[in-house]
Amino acid sequence: MSRKLLAGPYLIWMICCTVVPLGMIVYYGLTDRSGAFTFANLSAITVPAHAKALGLALLLAVISTLICLILAYPLGLILRKTGLGQKGFVVFLFILPMWMNFLLRTMAWQTILEKHGVINGILSFLGLPSLRLINTPAAIVMGMVYDFLPFMVLPVYNVLMKIDNSVVEAARDLGASNRQILFKILIPLSVPGIVSGITMVFIPSLTTFVIPNMLGGGKLLLIGNIIDQEFTVGSNWHLGSGLSLVMMVFILISMLFLAKFDKGGEGNAF
Amino acid sequence: MKKFMLCFFSLLAAGSLAGCGSSPESAGGENGQVYIFNYGDYVAPEVIRMFEEETGIEVIYDTYDTNEEMYPVIESGSVRYDVVCPSDYMIEKMVKNGLLTEIDYANVPNFDYISETCRNFSDSFDPGNRYSVPYNWGTVGILYNTEVIPEGSITSWADLWNPAYTDEILMQDSLRDIYMIAFKRMGLSCNTTDEEKLAEATELLVEQKPFVYKYVNDSARDFLIGESAAIGVIYSGEVLYCQDENENLKYVIPEEGSNVWLDSWVIPKNCRNKENAEAWINFMCRGDIGMMTYEYLTYPTPNTETMKLMSEEELENEALFPPEEILARCEVYHYLGEEMDDLFSSYWKDFKSR
Repeated sequence: MSRKLLAGPYLIWMICCTVVPLGMIVYYGLTDRSGAFTFANLSAITVPAHAKALGLALLLAVISTLICLILAYPLGLILRKTGLGQKGFVVFLFILPMWMNFLLRTMAWQTILEKHGVINGILSFLGLPSLRLINTPAAIVMGMVYDFLPFMVLPVYNVLMKIDNSVVEAARDLGASNRQILFKILIPLSVPGIVSGITMVFIPSLTTFVIPNMLGGGKLLLIGNIIDQEFTVGSNWHLGSGLSLVMMVFILISMLFLAKFDKGGEGNAF
Repeated sequence: MKKFMLCFFSLLAAGSLAGCGSSPESAGGENGQVYIFNYGDYVAPEVIRMFEEETGIEVIYDTYDTNEEMYPVIESGSVRYDVVCPSDYMIEKMVKNGLLTEIDYANVPNFDYISETCRNFSDSFDPGNRYSVPYNWGTVGILYNTEVIPEGSITSWADLWNPAYTDEILMQDSLRDIYMIAFKRMGLSCNTTDEEKLAEATELLVEQKPFVYKYVNDSARDFLIGESAAIGVIYSGEVLYCQDENENLKYVIPEEGSNVWLDSWVIPKNCRNKENAEAWINFMCRGDIGMMTYEYLTYPTPNTETMKLMSEEELENEALFPPEEILARCEVYHYLGEEMDDLFSSYWKDFKSR
């Protein structure tokens, strides 16, 4: 009984901040302005502008997730091999930027990629032609990778560090090549961490609207921007909620994906 | 039903949070409180302190970013405010939907200071000035850098379609302002509701997109000051600040005419204390308070007493007080109805995603 009481604060939190808001989103998403039940807000995802924004968001989220994985996995392997990871210093370096507000960090990227920003400043100093960096999909991917990379590094690193070295030694004894060790031992054993990292990068990348706003110059519309605008400028909460519900489907799919591969919760980041 | 659901959920949330803090009703100044709902950073903090000292009314101050964010809060009545400061078209919508109460001008004698010009503009969305008292007003125009673009070469909205300024143009990331520019360029009213014209305006905006550097809101001024862009659409209230920081910037109201906007004090029907609300509005209409507001925000003032306190130079500044013949070509935004809002919104998204 007393254990149940301890869960009380969390339960209240859950009700206030998850169940109630979710209930409101479902209610708004399934009604129109007059309060009548409708599916129109859900099927609105097929409107060309919405579908295109969703497609672009999916594409950019997949690209940034892949880049994060490509950056994080080898890093995890190196940390494991060199034992640098044991001291925790390199991981600390990765967490360090997270101490700063991510809006500020994104703003910094704005300054770096700007037409007369840091990168173009250096290029023009070297007498090279300036690059058009800001307001491109690449700039948005850059921002996503920078902001969400730690969420990939931590679970991948955690799971790799937990793999018993004797497993690798045994494989080597039996004559496995480095390649075989990587593909037959390390990668299969680290799947929970990889999957956890993928979900943790993919979901925020898919739904972000701040990064495309700041680095996309308002010229590229992702699904997150559309939902944001329905609430703040379009004044149609019903449509915004309906589209959010559609987004939840994608998030649920990735959660199921996570649950399937990470049964023991080994890939947890923290 | 809708209101019921909103209340239900709000109550549920409030109920489960109860006990986390004392009820806000219990505290207050000697003459009670006034609940103010306003744009962020839109009243000088010093003014609030003075009001509290002089009237003994405690100010409870909440902020919002856009009219559209404010509206559902007032509509649902989930929080009851005494004074709100929406813009023109939103006031029209609130009046239409019966959310506002008439101001008792016996309690707001300082309303006499509000200029004839502003009363007339105000009259177009609030006939008879019954519900609203102007706080700030201004125009929308073009600010450009004379180092990059020769002075005098920008005269018209059409200049924002000039390929020579590719990657130098900043547009406001705001639906009404963007369509106002397109409509004015086409020689139409900014309150056009004809779908055919709307589609045409959208095409015009899509055509402009490659030349635009960014669609931004408040940061437009920073990009112009920092010279990341040479020409941008800006609210006249930002002009003085920009010119202080970068003296090469010149403001022009395009010859086709533009939008005049007003932000005015209104009192919601479900307010808690109407006298205090009127005391606040009356206080804000005082000449010296108008001057403090002007110095804090640098927005043009509707207050003739405040104008008496201003320097010759300020009064002659066309960015602050445009000449009558220019104002004659400017219009106030009107509320176009929910159906039109949705239609605009779908065209806007279409334009943004192309």
